[in-house]
Order: sequence, then C-alpha cells, then structure tokens
Amino acid sequence: MAGIEIAELSTVYPNGVRAVDGLDLTVADGEFFALLGPSGCGKTTLLRTMAGLEQASEGAVRIGDRDVTRLDPGARRVAMVFQDYALFPHMTVAENIAYPLRVRRMSKVSQRDAAERTSAGLSLGALLDRRPGQLSGGQQQRVALARAIAVEADVLLLDEPLSNLDARLRLEARTFLKKLQRDLGLTTVFVTHDQAEALALADRIAVMESGSIRQLGSPKEVFQRPVDTFVANFIGSTPMNLLDGLIADGMVEVAGARLAPPEGLDLVEGTPVVAGIRPEYLRVVPGAQEVTEGVAGILGAVAIVENLGVTSLVTIECADGTLVGLTVPEQHEPAVGTRLCVVPEAGRLLLYGGEDGLLLSARPSDHSAEFDRSRA
Amino acid sequence: MDVLVNNLPLFLSGFFTTIKLFLISAVGSLVLGTILAMLRVSPVPVFRAAATVYVTLLRNTPLTLVFFFFAFAFPLLKIVSPDSFSYFVAAITALILYTSAFICEVVRSGINTVPVGQAEASRALGLSFGQMLSNVVLPQALRSVVPPLVSTLIALLKNTTIAAGFSVAEAGAIRSTLSERGADTMVGLLWVALFFVVLVIPMTLLQRSLEKRWSVAR
Ligand SMILES: Nc1ncnc2c1ncn2[C@@H]1O[C@H](COP(=O)(O)OP(=O)(O)OP(=O)(O)O)[C@@H](O)[C@H]1O
Ligand SMILES: [Mg+2]
Repeated sequence: MAGIEIAELSTVYPNGVRAVDGLDLTVADGEFFALLGPSGCGKTTLLRTMAGLEQASEGAVRIGDRDVTRLDPGARRVAMVFQDYALFPHMTVAENIAYPLRVRRMSKVSQRDAAERTSAGLSLGALLDRRPGQLSGGQQQRVALARAIAVEADVLLLDEPLSNLDARLRLEARTFLKKLQRDLGLTTVFVTHDQAEALALADRIAVMESGSIRQLGSPKEVFQRPVDTFVANFIGSTPMNLLDGLIADGMVEVAGARLAPPEGLDLVEGTPVVAGIRPEYLRVVPGAQEVTEGVAGILGAVAIVENLGVTSLVTIECADGTLVGLTVPEQHEPAVGTRLCVVPEAGRLLLYGGEDGLLLSARPSDHSAEFDRSRA
Repeated sequence: MDVLVNNLPLFLSGFFTTIKLFLISAVGSLVLGTILAMLRVSPVPVFRAAATVYVTLLRNTPLTLVFFFFAFAFPLLKIVSPDSFSYFVAAITALILYTSAFICEVVRSGINTVPVGQAEASRALGLSFGQMLSNVVLPQALRSVVPPLVSTLIALLKNTTIAAGFSVAEAGAIRSTLSERGADTMVGLLWVALFFVVLVIPMTLLQRSLEKRWSVAR
C-alpha cells in the first residue's frame, strides 16, 4: 500500500511533444483516482510515466517512500492494466495469472494459491483453462485485472479499463471495479475520457488539458464548481449552459434576463462575464410565460425537446437567439413552441471571467475539502 | 523399378545421408536462426549490428560459394584439426550457416507481428528481456510464421543436393554413380525426385497441423 507523489513532472516524446508538462499531483494511499480529459491531453502518457513505460524528462515520481523515477517498470511495484488488456494469447487464463508470479520466483504452491484467490474474487474460476481468445470482452477485462492484482503491487494503474466493453457491460464492470477497489483498498489511478465514468467511480478527479491539470477535486466539486469554462464544458452528460453576459447595476444581464449574482463577489460594473448554469439546475417558473423582458428569469420558446429517458433535455431559444438547455421530468415535457421562463436554483449560478474563463469566486476555491476517507 | 532394385544399397545410403544432412542442419539452423533473430531485436546495438552483418552476408552469398568456402578454403585455415574435418561436416556447417540467415529473417518478421503491447505488458509485469522474448514474444512469433518457416526448411531439404558436388554421397549424388555403373540415369533421377516429394509431404502435413492447432490458441 502506498500513495503516489508526482512533482514537476514532464514527459517529452522524441518528436518534441510535451505530453506531460510540469505536472504536480498527489494520490493518497488507497484512493481511487481518475485522470480525465479530452483525447490527446496526455492522460495515457502520465499513467505510463508512473508505470515506467515512458521515461520522465523532468521531475520525479514517488511511490510510497521510494523515488521510482529512474526505476524499471518491473521494479516499481506497480501493476498496469492496458486498454486492450494485452493478455498473453498463447497462455491459458491460469497461466496468464500465474506466469508473472513464477517470474517473481514465488513457490509453486503460493503461485497456485494467489492465482486461485484472485480468480475466485473475480469469478474466473470456471474459465481457468481457456485461452484469452475464447473469452468475452468482459471476461478478458477481468483476467487482465486478475493478472495485475495477483502480483500484489502497491499501485494499480488502469488505462481506459472499460472502453473496450459495450455500453451495458460497461455499467456492470464499473460497479464491479468500484467494489473490487473498495475491497482491496488498493491505490488505483485510472484514465478515462468519459466524464460520467470518472464521476461515478473516482474518489477524486484530475481534469487534464494539454499536459497539465486544470482542476483537481472530488466528483462533486468538479461537477458543481468547475474552475474554468473548459472544465465546465467537459464535465456533465448534458453540456453546461455558458452564456455571455454583462454586469449592470450589480446584476448579471444575460440573454435578456437580469439574474442575481452569487453572493460575496466583487463585481465591477460593465465587465463581461460568462454565466454558467447546468441544465439540471434550471427551473421553470410556473405561470410566468407572459412576463416581459428584464425580469429575474430567462425567457424563451421551446425549440428542441430530447428525451433522455427519465428526464428530457429542453432547449429554449431566447429573443436574442441564445440557446439555453434545461432538463425537466419527462412527464412535464413542454410542447415545441411553448414560451417558458426559467431561473437557476439558488446558489447554482456560476460566473466566469469573460476574458480568461476562470471561475469568479469569493472564497479561494475549496481545496480543504480534501479527499476524506470515511473508512480510513 | 530395375534401376531401383539393382542399386538399392546405393539408393538407401544416399537417401539416408540426405535425411541425416537435412535433420541435423534443420535443427541447427532453427536454433541459430532464432538466436540471430533475438540478437536482431535486442536493445544492445552491437548485437543488432553483428546479426545484421551476418544475415546480409550469408543471405546474399550463393550457397555453392558457402560450400566451396567450407569444403576447400576453411580447412586451409587450420582452425579445426584435419582429422575431425570431413566433407559431411563441411556440408552441414555450410547448410546451417546459410539457412539460419533465412530462418532469422522469417522469425524476425514473426516477432514484428507481435503487438508492442505484449512487450510492454511483460515489462510492466517485471519480466526480463530474455524472459519476455522466450516466453511471450517468440511463442507468438513462431505461431505466425509456420508457413514461411516450413518453406525455408523445404528449400533447405533441396539445398542438401548441392553437397553432392562436394563428395557427400547423398541422394543427389546417386545419378553420377548410376551413370558410372551404366544404369539408366533418367529412371534413377525419377526415383530420386519421388523420394524428395515423399520427404516434403510430412513437412506439409506438419505445417497444416501446426497451423490448425495454433490458430485456436490465438
Ligand atoms: N509515442 C509517441 N510519440 C510521440 N508523441 C506521442 C506518442 N504518444 C502520444 N503522443 C502525443 O502525446 C500527446 C498525449 O498523448 P496521450 O496518448 O497521452 O493522450 P491521451 O490523453 O491518452 O489521449 P486518448 O484519450 O486519445 O488516449 C498527444 O498529443 C499525442 O499525439
Ligand atoms: Mg490514452
């Protein structure tokens, strides 16, 4: 068991791409940590640098109390699960799990013990004599996990562990993975570009862009208070409304509406801002369809209705052409063309700088709500 | 049939010598060729360079010249004592060195078909370079090159006839002995050809069964 400490880490590929750029990160012992970001932001490279498959160009990686920056992958006591699993196709499931143990000069008996224990935990008992080619994607994924776990490493690294599974299996495997990580209490870092997966699984999330971390926090923090418009855009299954506005008379003028700004902000009259409101946090004001402009609500006509199952995503078009999305319970779905007045729920309106896109915040953003291990 | 029956001892000993030549040099060149392939993908530049030079040299030299070297030039170097030297040993040495260059390239092409992920997974699991090659990469590489490997071995089988030119009484040499004895060499040659066909058949069968067995394993 060990945490991971990364200090000013850069990984530069021979072609000059700085895939990881001066990054600092601490992962606590036993934490389930997600690296999240769009394609090409350097998630895989960071993970591979932790594993030692990529050489750090600058900075250091510490695992537990050891500096592993210059160690070979095999000496780092990390286990890695690859996106395509990289199982050994010519070995059976049992051999796949036991072979790395044999390499570690474990005795035959403890090899078999370890293999049996992990495969039972991952319900692979019936598959031990099959070859990877004879397994389903979900089963292969569990074998890859079993192979990684059996070596009893300090840290488990997973590169997009669920991306090769179909949607239904992915949900199943997600729950399974979370339970497994809880049971083992193993420090785990996983890479994903699926924000829903990161929100669902991780204790903490690092949102990355161009080789550095944009935001680090619990799923709740990242979802509710994205620190900039990039993160705001990236997180959430329905995109956050980011509306250009202006500060006037201490109010936020946006899409023809005047909204009360969040409390405790020093707002300069006339500065451009971006108002961020999640579709989930917008409410329809009943009976306010006929109110005129300038009220504390955004007025618009329903343009598009998308059924999401339990809820529907309604897009309204305001007089100035701004599109605003909100979710409503599916049974209250309005007809296209209906005029609506919507307001953000109390405390759900976020303001971002009109130029730099950074969250305007009264208090320094709340990093004291650090990772809290309830079971530690 | 008369030709065969009348000269049976000649045919038998010729065929036997061919099989012996073939088996010894097949095993030898498989081993040497695989080692060369491992050198060619090794992280040590000197090893890679040495193996590359070897392959380039041997693969581009006509086999007859290699034979000439080991039959005539090599004894003059007096590296081995003249007692242990025979044309048979020279033939085997030439065949192994020559064929292993081809085996090396076949195995190397097989190694290149193994996804990099396999090597990375091996490294992450703590395997040494040797363990990775011999237990993960090579088993998969060999499975993917069974057909070209068997083709190389068939070529080796036929190349054994060149040894006839160097006083090794293998099957290909039967013709000249027959003509000395005044027998019908054409018919004799047909029997020799038939013999080679018979030898190739089991190799083709082996290839098929290996391909079948290993295709399941992928
Ligand atoms: N072997 C390599 N050589 C050179 N550049 C590379 C190499 N691998 C990745 N890169 C570059 O480094 C950057 C980060 O790549 P990386 O694979 O870490 O992204 P990622 O966040 O994992 O993306 P994805 O979600 O698509 O997997 C990209 O710009 C990519 O083009
Ligand atoms: Mg990636």
